[in-house]
Amino acid sequence: MAIAREDIGRPPAMAGEPDDAGDRSGRARTAIVLLALLLVATAVFSLASGASDASASAVLADWLSGHGGDTLSARDRIIVHDIRLPRVVLGILVGAALAVAGATMQGLFRNPLADPGIVGVSAGAGLGAISMIVLGNGLLAPVTAMAGIYALPLAAFLGGLASTMLLHQVATRRGQTSIATMLLAGIALGALAGALAGMLIYVADDRQLRDLTFWQLGSLGGSTWTKVAAAGPIIAVALATSLLLARGLNALALGEASARHLGIPVQRMKNVAIVAVAAAAGASVAVSGGIGFVGIVVPHLLRLLIGPDHRYLLPASALLGASLLLLADAVSRTIVAPAELPIGIVTAVVGAPFFLWILLRRRGIVDL
Amino acid sequence: MKLFVSTYRVLAGALAACVMSVSAAGALEVERFADPSRVVVVGGSLLEIVYALDEQDRLVARDSTGVYPPEAMSLPDVGYMRALSPEGVMSVNPTAILMLEGSGPPEAVEVIRKASIPVVSVPDTFDREGILAKIRAVGHALGVDDKAAVLSAQVESDIRGAEEASAQAGSRKRVLFVLSMQGGRLLAAGSGTAADGIIRMAHAVNAVEGLAGYKQLSDEAVYEARPDAVLMMDRGGDHAASEDELFSHPAIAGTPAAQARALIRMDGAWLLGFGPRTASAVRELSARLNGVGD
Repeated sequence: MAIAREDIGRPPAMAGEPDDAGDRSGRARTAIVLLALLLVATAVFSLASGASDASASAVLADWLSGHGGDTLSARDRIIVHDIRLPRVVLGILVGAALAVAGATMQGLFRNPLADPGIVGVSAGAGLGAISMIVLGNGLLAPVTAMAGIYALPLAAFLGGLASTMLLHQVATRRGQTSIATMLLAGIALGALAGALAGMLIYVADDRQLRDLTFWQLGSLGGSTWTKVAAAGPIIAVALATSLLLARGLNALALGEASARHLGIPVQRMKNVAIVAVAAAAGASVAVSGGIGFVGIVVPHLLRLLIGPDHRYLLPASALLGASLLLLADAVSRTIVAPAELPIGIVTAVVGAPFFLWILLRRRGIVDL
Repeated sequence: MKLFVSTYRVLAGALAACVMSVSAAGALEVERFADPSRVVVVGGSLLEIVYALDEQDRLVARDSTGVYPPEAMSLPDVGYMRALSPEGVMSVNPTAILMLEGSGPPEAVEVIRKASIPVVSVPDTFDREGILAKIRAVGHALGVDDKAAVLSAQVESDIRGAEEASAQAGSRKRVLFVLSMQGGRLLAAGSGTAADGIIRMAHAVNAVEGLAGYKQLSDEAVYEARPDAVLMMDRGGDHAASEDELFSHPAIAGTPAAQARALIRMDGAWLLGFGPRTASAVRELSARLNGVGD
């Protein structure tokens, strides 16, 4: 039998994979449909739940019938329109971005521990955010005056992008990006950014320290349509780009040389993947702070379920990442209502034990 | 299709609202609430002031810094003052929100304002005039200026009395306020902090007044500060360091405070709240400082 064209991009079965490791594309397609339904359900659930008793269904019905809405209280309208809806949209974008960025990085680095942090996004974005929190009223006051309350996300995004570009420059020689160099340089850059952040933390006052702590824990609180408009296009383009890389990432699983022989423009793909990840993760970190674990847990869970084929893994990661983040956010919004628990706490508290459970149950097969 | 159109309209509206509120953030602030019947109060000292004005029946929620008087603890807690959730705040159906300056985050306050819930932001400074200004602002916002005038006159004379008594008591002791000593490192309060304010009011000297804000001190700096007494919050958790642990700290051990074993612990909200109870905090601090070395 001749090898079908689309089989070229499929990674070889790996040693130690479970019995069902053969062709799992049928299963993967079913999984994607189910995950899409799950996302719709969690989005509706998120829109309908919150600290207040505002009824999302009433507001939705009001929209669909096109009323100016004299029947609804202005409060309910604002809660659903301006608090919950942008938050749900941002949750979907950020969850999808974090999970896809994680899956892309793991494929690109052929390392199950890779996450967007490796390309320097976290270090740079963190430094950008801390600079703005601590120096926003001093040295960086002109920026604050210009960008208003969006100065912080802007600084985080620029910081992430700058550090990624720097790291990429360091790791690229004669047009070849060395993944290993990038990993090591990333650690060095992370240490440097950490030290600079430490200096800023030293000069911070107690209020700023509290802000830093809350920022680091991550939150979708304070989601506004402006943030959606700012982060949405960046994340959407980055996600679409990542999805297009699926075949190349599959080929890369065989090794760079083999991928090149299969006709994959490896270097160009690396450049594109790194920029896409930096943009997706940078925009996410900028609007929501540090939300951990989604980028690691989601792709691994899906690899166990539907296999390592990136053509299915990437879209499934986007869907599951978005659903998980929406659920985590619904918990964070309601569990201590009317107060709110930072979402980073929820994702780590739920994600870490779950991840350990997977590792224990299927020891030795968490592999690419 | 309608859905998208209206979403778009909301988006445009949000952008416009945000531009407006950035350019006119100050002007949008109302000074007096039209309907102060259901008030959320954010900031422990403001909560105390509302109770001191006997207007607590208006309250529907507090934030996590509002811990006094004890009966206020039965009010719903909307979270830490700088990490408010807009829906959480709106879920208690407030008609007005009274918040200490610096409450936020700004996006949350912006959404609350957009929902036409009036927000009054009250400045917070760590001296006598700051407390009186807070009382007047709260009273004005709630429409009880007369009561506020009475309370502020009473608090003013109370604080003046406490300050004068402290001044007459004499010796200007050097006080080191220690916020925490995690891992053996001292986090001390320099100038511009609430702790610095209360130390001044008690006619004492902040041993590290050269520093600004809360800072970790090197062992030598602690020794150089030569505090006569160490002041800490009595709140358990991170702030708790046993007396032995504190005075056996190599940097503290050589100071006059360690020789006299002068450790003063006071309730955090009382000591650092800058509200109606501050006069009694000043008296207590001053009395305990004067007891040092006797």
